[in-house]
Amino acid sequence: MASSAPLIAISDVTKTYRMGEVEVEALRGVSVDVDAGEFVAVMGPSGSGKSTLLNILGCFDRPTRGSYRLAGDDVSGLGADALAETRNQTLGFVFQSFNLLARTTALENVELPLVYAGVAPRLRHERAIAALERVGLGERLHHHPSQLSGGQQQRVAIARALVNGPRLVLADEPTGNLDSRASDEMMALLAKLASDGITIVLVTHEPDVAARAARVIVVRDGLIQEDRRGGLAEEAVGAP
Amino acid sequence: MRPGDVVRVALRALMRNKLRSLLTALGIIIGVAAVIAMVAIGEGARARVEQAFSAMGTNVLIVSSGAKTSGGAKAGAGSLPTLTWDDLRAIRGDVDDVRFVAPRVHTNAQIVAEDRNWSTVVTGTTPEFFDIRNWPARLGVVLSPEEVDSGAKTVVLGQTVATNLFGASADPIGQTVRIANVPFQVVGVAATKGQSASGNDYDDVVYVPVTTFLAKIQGSLQKFIPGTILIEVTSDEVTGAVSDKVAALLRDRHGIAIGEDDDFTIKDLTETASRKQESSEALTLLLASIAAVSLLVGGIGIMNIMLVSVSERTREIGVRMAVGAKPRHVRLQFLAEALALALAGGVIGVAVGVVTAGRLAAQFGWPMLIRPEIVAVAVGFSAAVGIGFGLYPAHKASRLDPIQALRYE
Repeated sequence: MASSAPLIAISDVTKTYRMGEVEVEALRGVSVDVDAGEFVAVMGPSGSGKSTLLNILGCFDRPTRGSYRLAGDDVSGLGADALAETRNQTLGFVFQSFNLLARTTALENVELPLVYAGVAPRLRHERAIAALERVGLGERLHHHPSQLSGGQQQRVAIARALVNGPRLVLADEPTGNLDSRASDEMMALLAKLASDGITIVLVTHEPDVAARAARVIVVRDGLIQEDRRGGLAEEAVGAP
Repeated sequence: MRPGDVVRVALRALMRNKLRSLLTALGIIIGVAAVIAMVAIGEGARARVEQAFSAMGTNVLIVSSGAKTSGGAKAGAGSLPTLTWDDLRAIRGDVDDVRFVAPRVHTNAQIVAEDRNWSTVVTGTTPEFFDIRNWPARLGVVLSPEEVDSGAKTVVLGQTVATNLFGASADPIGQTVRIANVPFQVVGVAATKGQSASGNDYDDVVYVPVTTFLAKIQGSLQKFIPGTILIEVTSDEVTGAVSDKVAALLRDRHGIAIGEDDDFTIKDLTETASRKQESSEALTLLLASIAAVSLLVGGIGIMNIMLVSVSERTREIGVRMAVGAKPRHVRLQFLAEALALALAGGVIGVAVGVVTAGRLAAQFGWPMLIRPEIVAVAVGFSAAVGIGFGLYPAHKASRLDPIQALRYE
């Protein structure tokens, strides 16, 4: 793929949900490009459409209109199987509530994407161990989520997001369930990954979290209200 | 996704709820165990019946005298002697494919040896009887034609009688026993035959020449046979044809007009055997329907628990889909779980069934027979039930929307 093409190219995307008789327009024509290696924070009040945008970026959902090119491929019209494969091969996810499988070791949680990629068990172990070491959990391979702190659980989730070598990591309020110290560690880890060349799109409503990103996109009422690099517009975010 | 991973994930999910998995499989376990145990005992009984019939002699026809009708009430077969010695000779001489013909007359009598006595069935017959019953002597000889012709006072003892009169290991050949106060010389002890299906002891009997029987033990009209005629035909295939021919011959000899009832009965042992076979087929059908019902109930139990499991694990399904599980991976995972449950139920059920049948057989002295194909069918049906009743829950799981699933609490 040519380096000039953006990793994410969203053009005039709308998303309409039907809630019974009422049609809700969650996105009303969003266009945005993200280049490979960027660290982007998406902000906006609840109901602004930022979660819908993240679902479309994460290939969980398809836009009603408009196009989405991910790493040069148009993914806006893909079926369930192809979307699953894209999530598996190209994307990594980090969620607010960690979403680790309970009663399953850290190692096995991290191996999960590789299971669906059909990777052989031994190679799976090696890659999962490497990913856990990368997030500083090399000593906690066989711990269950219940035996780990929130920050450690979120790092397991990041290792899981990284294990299949994704182009893009999407993080939905990754610090939302963490105390401030763990939040700082988490953001430092994400910043380090970005500096390693992994594209990161982070959804948050905390200005100090967004401030760690190199680019901030503010979504409001289904439209991009602001898109600026190198700083945060306090007035756009409103009172924290 | 690798097949090994599908199995591993399914088994881990089941092991997480061991008690629930066991209870879910219980329906199948009980159904399969019940069927395996009942079939094992049923097959054992059938094998014993078949053995008993072959002990009685195959391709044998038994002709009895007709029933006497008095005042509208019909007495049992043989109550009115209609068969004559001439009939017997005619069957022997005029009907093709007849190998042996023997008369059989009998009565109960007390037999007295030196210091012991025993009540048994005294049978008068001819040497052909031993050919028909395929019955050699264990000690000494069976009856000879000369003994019949001369009305000799000789007797062949059944093993049970020999044991009770002389002891299990004694050789009674040459000894004298008294039957109805007439002394008889023991010339042979018949080989052991065992019991009939209904529990009659084939060995609790003694045989004397038919001529002696009629002259010394139980008198009768000269012309008639106060008992039955046994016929052995040359092969199984002609049994029916010979039976028809004998019937036609006897109707002709007895002057029975067309439309009138026979004054005799011809019983075909293979007919009786096949009737037994039919009744055991009916039993098999009954067992099959019990099995079907219990597997159905077991299957519904599996479906129920799988539906609960899908809704409990909605979030897990969402996580799996988020990291790249395709709908068919999810479907396969839940199908594998349902299949594993049912299959485990089938295998445990077979084990429980075999043990139960063994216990019952030992306790009550019933025979049992476990046929591998029954086991294979039981396990196969369990697997089919697992897949059949797992399909809908698995389909439901695979249709979940990952976003909704991840938000599910």
